[in-house]
Amino acid sequence: MSHPLDHPLSRRGLLGLGLAAGAALLTGCGTSSPSSASSGGRLRAAFAGGGATETLDPHLANLFNEAARAKAMFDKLADLGSDVSPQPRLAERWEPSSDLRTWRIHLREAVFHDGRAVRAADVLASYARILDPAKTFRARSSLALIDLPNSRAVDERTVEFALKRPFAEFPNVLAAFGTYVIPEGHTDFAEPVGSGPFSFTSWKPGRSVLLRRNAEYWDGAPFIDELEFLIANEETARMNALLGGQVEYAHDLSPVTARQYASRATFVKSPNSAMQAFAMKVDRPPFDDRDLREAMFLLTDRQGLVDTVLPGAGQVGNDLFGRGYEHYAAEIPQRGHDLDRARALIRKAGAEGLAVELTTAPVAAGFVEAATVFAGQLRAAGLKAEIRTGDKDTYWSDILTKGTLASFRSGAMPIETHIAQRLLTSSTTNATGWRRPEFDALYEKAVSAPRAADREGAYLEMQRTLHAEGGLLVWGFADWIVATSPRVQGVSAAPANTMDWARFDKVKLA
Amino acid sequence: MRPAGYVRRRLLLAPVQVAAVASAVFLLAEVLPGDAAVVLAGDDPDPERIARIRESLGLDRPLLTRFAAWAGGLPRGDFGESLVSGRPVLGLVLDALGPTAVLASATLAVLVPLSVWAGVAAALREGGRFDRALTAVGVALYAVPEFALAVVLIVVFGGLLPVTALGGLTPAALVLPVAVLAARPLCSLSRLVRAGMIGALASGYAAQAVRLGVPERRVRYVHVLPNAVTPAVQQLARTVDWLLGGVVIAEAVFVIPGLGTLLVDAVADRDLPVLQGLAVLFAATTVLVNLAADLVAFRLAPRA
Repeated sequence: MSHPLDHPLSRRGLLGLGLAAGAALLTGCGTSSPSSASSGGRLRAAFAGGGATETLDPHLANLFNEAARAKAMFDKLADLGSDVSPQPRLAERWEPSSDLRTWRIHLREAVFHDGRAVRAADVLASYARILDPAKTFRARSSLALIDLPNSRAVDERTVEFALKRPFAEFPNVLAAFGTYVIPEGHTDFAEPVGSGPFSFTSWKPGRSVLLRRNAEYWDGAPFIDELEFLIANEETARMNALLGGQVEYAHDLSPVTARQYASRATFVKSPNSAMQAFAMKVDRPPFDDRDLREAMFLLTDRQGLVDTVLPGAGQVGNDLFGRGYEHYAAEIPQRGHDLDRARALIRKAGAEGLAVELTTAPVAAGFVEAATVFAGQLRAAGLKAEIRTGDKDTYWSDILTKGTLASFRSGAMPIETHIAQRLLTSSTTNATGWRRPEFDALYEKAVSAPRAADREGAYLEMQRTLHAEGGLLVWGFADWIVATSPRVQGVSAAPANTMDWARFDKVKLA
Repeated sequence: MRPAGYVRRRLLLAPVQVAAVASAVFLLAEVLPGDAAVVLAGDDPDPERIARIRESLGLDRPLLTRFAAWAGGLPRGDFGESLVSGRPVLGLVLDALGPTAVLASATLAVLVPLSVWAGVAAALREGGRFDRALTAVGVALYAVPEFALAVVLIVVFGGLLPVTALGGLTPAALVLPVAVLAARPLCSLSRLVRAGMIGALASGYAAQAVRLGVPERRVRYVHVLPNAVTPAVQQLARTVDWLLGGVVIAEAVFVIPGLGTLLVDAVADRDLPVLQGLAVLFAATTVLVNLAADLVAFRLAPRA
């Protein structure tokens, strides 16, 4: 079922592994000044969802609708800003010790919906629940470097986290997906209590969740009185419901829909939201050959892929994750389409006429289409490309170990997190088989060197290596698309999973 | 045939049939690549996490142990808990049954009178303008798949009627889904009624009744019609079974949270307990609906 973070466009609306980024303010077709709108009213939002099997436990949130509801009712200590860098939320500020092993978090003054204050003890209890070895919370691996027994509440509003190793990017952890703060001892999510902008009213599993305005919210009370999340798994149903006036907000729409109905609804596109790529396995033939990988980079007609798969809703990629994000190596020149050089490299690698199997599955919007277009580009360069369609329910697990070339995507997350999860020897979801001790050492430097300039240098060096000979062929970045009725104002063009995505507390109904 | 003995035999056989279906579903789901743990892990397929999920779901226990635990709960009405949400399967299934039952009832309320009326009217003027129009429209409509009809109806009536049931299953919201669901059965049922009616009208007993001076209306509606609709009853049973088994496409297009939606979710999630609960329900429905159809047919036209 579902899974959030990376494949945002599947039926269930997964969240993109962190989708994110930036440019929240770049496009904003639908963003208008909220100050002119009147407040009040009920906003109805249609999301794809897990149907009758969904949950309101914010630590179990997996799908986009679950993440959006968790965000409406709960807060994290930090969240990701428009450049996917961590921004303070329930944490007012943080300070590391000089060795980066101890972090002091100062909480802001905030209260839960039942009137209790948010205390350091609640933070520790929430993190302890996520880290419980008997449970399977997604955020557990994000928090794994916290040495919980040696962490403590300094006072009611100060937490001191001890880490198992020095880590400069600890605020990324505080902003990690699913790390919500719940009141200590309140783990009955039939009636959730959080500190977020909306409090719980009612829930019909598989159908709707109704929330009401929290007038005491620390970040300013919402403008609307009520927020209702509705579930409509089919994209056409969400769009029809919007056009028919049954909802005011339809989440997760395709570029084709956006073009077709451009005149009848307001579309908000968030650039740099979902990385689109092909993953080559560098640990086995044929892509263990560096020349062949470079040939693959060069034979790719990125603009052709974007124009076909993401018409009007995407940009080309440069074989690096995280365009526009903090630490992104924008200084590396954009790679172009050079078929002659690609053919020469293929000859050099002795791979002329090589049969290449490209694995894909309809797990995310545009996957099969992109694979089809790319197979044509491989053939144009003299390779024999075959498309193999995998099982969509187990696709992400299957491609970790099987095949040599596969469709891949990722939502927004900090570049550090991307590397830690996918590109280290110890990474558990290393789909390209990229395991190099010298690269691991650079990562260690990037997250633990005392001097910021050294850390930045390590990020650049890692990205230069990946750009030159990595296994991830990043051909584009897809926009995230939502539609609203003309009555809705103040919807930010922030990528899914970032702080300003699905910020219904900042939205007004005209 | 004695109806009472027949019913007893059929009812005794029913649990065996249901158990066979449930076991088959269990085994087939086992054959699917990937279990609920892999599916749940989704785009975060950390092998260690998958192992932990598998353990917490009890999927690491042997197949027979799991099947026995599940089957053992059935007599107590315990269908187990959803692997994904942890909620009782019975509650999930009953919640989904409501919308499905409403939709099925509304569809039948339209379908049955309309198809009998159309079939009789066509048969009484066989070869007439109405008969030929019904045949032409029926064949054409029957060829239109549900999803295509749904799209057309939404485009045409979208301004007048709710296009999804997101606002609740109100009478207005039922109009389009019922139209979509009734369209194809209407074609086949009215054809069957028409054919049965033409055959029965031409039969010896109808002619004899007319010769005996029985009024024509009485012959048509009391003697001929019950015989004429008997073949349609079996077809209607299949339609009822289909409507109660979750109409996946109509539920998806019109956002109706019924059994079809639950079924699709359970398959995608490899949520075996939910899948098995649905299999038991569907098997029971099929057995009962067909039994009811046999009895109705027997009542309408008793045969030796």
